[in-house]
Amino acid sequence: MKRSRFSARLIAFTLAVVVLIGLPFVLSEFRTVQLATVGAYFIAILGLDVLTGHSGQISLGHGAFMAVGAYTTAILMSNHGVRDLWTIPIAAGVAGAIGLAAGIPALRLSGLYLALATFGIAVVLPTILKKFDHFTGGSTGITLFGKPTETGQGQGVWRLSNNQWLYALTWTIGAALFLLVRWMLDSRFGRSLRAVRDSELAAAASGVNRALYKVAAFGVSAAFAGVAGSLFAINTAYVSPDSFPIQLSLYLLVGAVVGFFGSIWGAALGALLILFLPDMVGLVPHVDTKQAGPTTFFFGAILVALMLLLPIVLRAGTALANRGYSRPQ
Amino acid sequence: MANFLQQVVSGLASGGIYGSLALAIVLIHRATGVLNFAQGEMATLSAFVCWTLIDHGWAFWPAFGATIVLSFAGGVALQRTVIRPIQGGPLLGVVILTIGLLIAINGLDTWIWGGAAKQFHGPFSTAPINVAGVAFSKQDIGVIAISILAVVLIGLLFAKTKLGLGLRAAATNPDEARLAGVCVPAMLALGWGLAAVLGAVAGVMAAPSLFLEPNMMRTVLLYAFAAAVLGGMDSPIGAVIGGLVLGVLLNLVGTYVHWIGGELRLAVALAVILSVLLVRPAGLFGQTAVRRV
Amino acid sequence: MPLLELRDVEARYGEIRALHGVTLSVAEGDFVAILGANGAGKTTALRAISGTVKTSGDVLYDGHKIFRRTPESMARRGVAHVPEGRGTFMTLSVLDNLRIGAWVRRGTSPRDLANVFEFFPRLYERRDQQAGTLSGGEQQMLALGRAMMAKPRLLLLDEPSLGLAPLVVREIFATLGRMNESGTTIVVVEQNATLALRAAKHAFLLEAGRVVLGGVASDLQANESVRRSYLGY
Repeated sequence: MKRSRFSARLIAFTLAVVVLIGLPFVLSEFRTVQLATVGAYFIAILGLDVLTGHSGQISLGHGAFMAVGAYTTAILMSNHGVRDLWTIPIAAGVAGAIGLAAGIPALRLSGLYLALATFGIAVVLPTILKKFDHFTGGSTGITLFGKPTETGQGQGVWRLSNNQWLYALTWTIGAALFLLVRWMLDSRFGRSLRAVRDSELAAAASGVNRALYKVAAFGVSAAFAGVAGSLFAINTAYVSPDSFPIQLSLYLLVGAVVGFFGSIWGAALGALLILFLPDMVGLVPHVDTKQAGPTTFFFGAILVALMLLLPIVLRAGTALANRGYSRPQ
Repeated sequence: MANFLQQVVSGLASGGIYGSLALAIVLIHRATGVLNFAQGEMATLSAFVCWTLIDHGWAFWPAFGATIVLSFAGGVALQRTVIRPIQGGPLLGVVILTIGLLIAINGLDTWIWGGAAKQFHGPFSTAPINVAGVAFSKQDIGVIAISILAVVLIGLLFAKTKLGLGLRAAATNPDEARLAGVCVPAMLALGWGLAAVLGAVAGVMAAPSLFLEPNMMRTVLLYAFAAAVLGGMDSPIGAVIGGLVLGVLLNLVGTYVHWIGGELRLAVALAVILSVLLVRPAGLFGQTAVRRV
Repeated sequence: MPLLELRDVEARYGEIRALHGVTLSVAEGDFVAILGANGAGKTTALRAISGTVKTSGDVLYDGHKIFRRTPESMARRGVAHVPEGRGTFMTLSVLDNLRIGAWVRRGTSPRDLANVFEFFPRLYERRDQQAGTLSGGEQQMLALGRAMMAKPRLLLLDEPSLGLAPLVVREIFATLGRMNESGTTIVVVEQNATLALRAAKHAFLLEAGRVVLGGVASDLQANESVRRSYLGY
């Protein structure tokens, strides 16, 4: 990576960190919690980016991996008294393992059919969660209030409120994972992924083990979603099958598309969009934000508009999606 | 035994709905390679339109007819406005756009008609009809009849008319079709229109029993996908037969396998999709395509 | 007035220019062969005529300049283009393939079909079979049959002999001859120069996207350099 590009990125990242640290002190508690949720989405979209943007496999079911992470956390915390922090890596591991396992049959499915399969999984997931109720608490879900929880409250130098702690937790992990993804994509792993995405034939010819990388991408991507789900559960202190409808997976995809499949700063933008679109829609006159209808409509309309614009944007600047990454020679 | 037959007939009725929607999906897939994820929502919208007409005093059959025409126009319009511009590009891009349509139409339905379920009075009474001592639902029989009629009519259009020939040619080999003078873009738009018509049939037939609300066709879409995959994604006959088979299968499994019951029907459909895609992607009637690298 | 005229036609595929200014003319009722090595631009020349590729320069059909040529509009003007690889509709039946050929005309009369089957009895035998199951030679016949159904004024063929047994090829060119006799103007692109020059009345030689030689077929046959480079003796 060129020296100048590296320092530019470093500056951008530092700025972002500064802003992130400052925000909770400026914003209300409510906004802080909202931004914590944005953080969770951000992490999930990061993972989806790795899968879709960089390894070219599509998933319409990442909400399912979030659910895995969320339920792992919930079950560990409520049934086994595990502290919230420790559930996060476990959630990542469980989701990641399932992702790896799912990645193997996924190899056999072409893009379209993979989309179909993951779509199906996401649609069916709530039903399955409800069915195995002795395990998952069924339709009523699992409540986490009052379970072994926060450590930050009033401890140490910083007197963080509950919400601020959640925010800090989420975004610290988010920033760390962001750096992890950045490193991964710049390394040989990332280059091989992109080689597989751009041309399976060429990748095979240049000796890259396509299958390995595609499965690995699935696993990594799922692990990220697992972390997101875990944080989600900790944030909202409640999980239920209806927290993970197909819409969630689709909105994650929208978020990923907003990031133009690969620009990870776009992942943040996408996450913001998911959470704040209802408010933005409220700015349109005659529209009642309390109704779900207009918001959903605009979500869809934005996705349609983005997909129509995408070829134009890509043609104008191929570098946009591959910012800083040179294509393999 | 009586219960078995009843389950079969009611399974055929749901199967008719799945098959109609599956045929719509297969039509578009055959012609363009695209999986239209919005097919279910388009059907819901058609059902809402029909409901609105009936609510304004129209009798069912004229309302149904008008809905068919409007749905056809809507399908054509959709293809020409949002699909055509990116049709030449990567398939996944178009598919994601159809997902955007799914979300948008779903939102539109909620916006206009609200989220509460509405009663939809279909043309068939729910009174039972006695055949050989077994009580069957008149509605089930009616749905089977209409679904089969719709499918047969569309099938005849494709197989026997000049227009149908043009549609098939445009789907099979668009470059050569152009050389023969076929206006391929128009054919594709027509294909979407016909698919929308099939969706409208499915939606209106489903509304009386499923209750009309924006998410009505969400599960039906998955069943339709399962039917299409089972029958072979490029086989119209496969889609219809796949639908009927799936409908009956789901009913029988739901009735006789207690562990699955009514709640895991969706899971069975998913199992069908996954197992067919992984074991025999061509489905029952499809032709094994060259495996893409 | 020639039926077809190309004046200084250029064509490119992205960055690559395939035709560097092709000028030729074809009279009505003529049988013309376009010869040249691989990559000389023969296929592109046909594509330029049928409107499958964008061009600059003038293409005149029936004396009129045609600016926006699309395959559909040229088909409606009576141009039938049989591309390399025959363009068979693989999953449609032989009968349906033939019916598509008549798309631009009002309807398919049984007599048209009978006519084609007379030329190609083997197609009649296989009329309900999927066209993809036919052999290469049969598919070429089918492609010709499709073209015949269109009753074109101008028939463009790209490498009709490719991959076919000599006997089959002879049959095909015999059919072409009969079509020409009944009034169809024919332009054939062929790598097999010997064959083409024997069947055609006039010929053009393309090299690197330009016409380097043109005239009566027998003259080209006698031409020294042509004989050495393309006829092998």
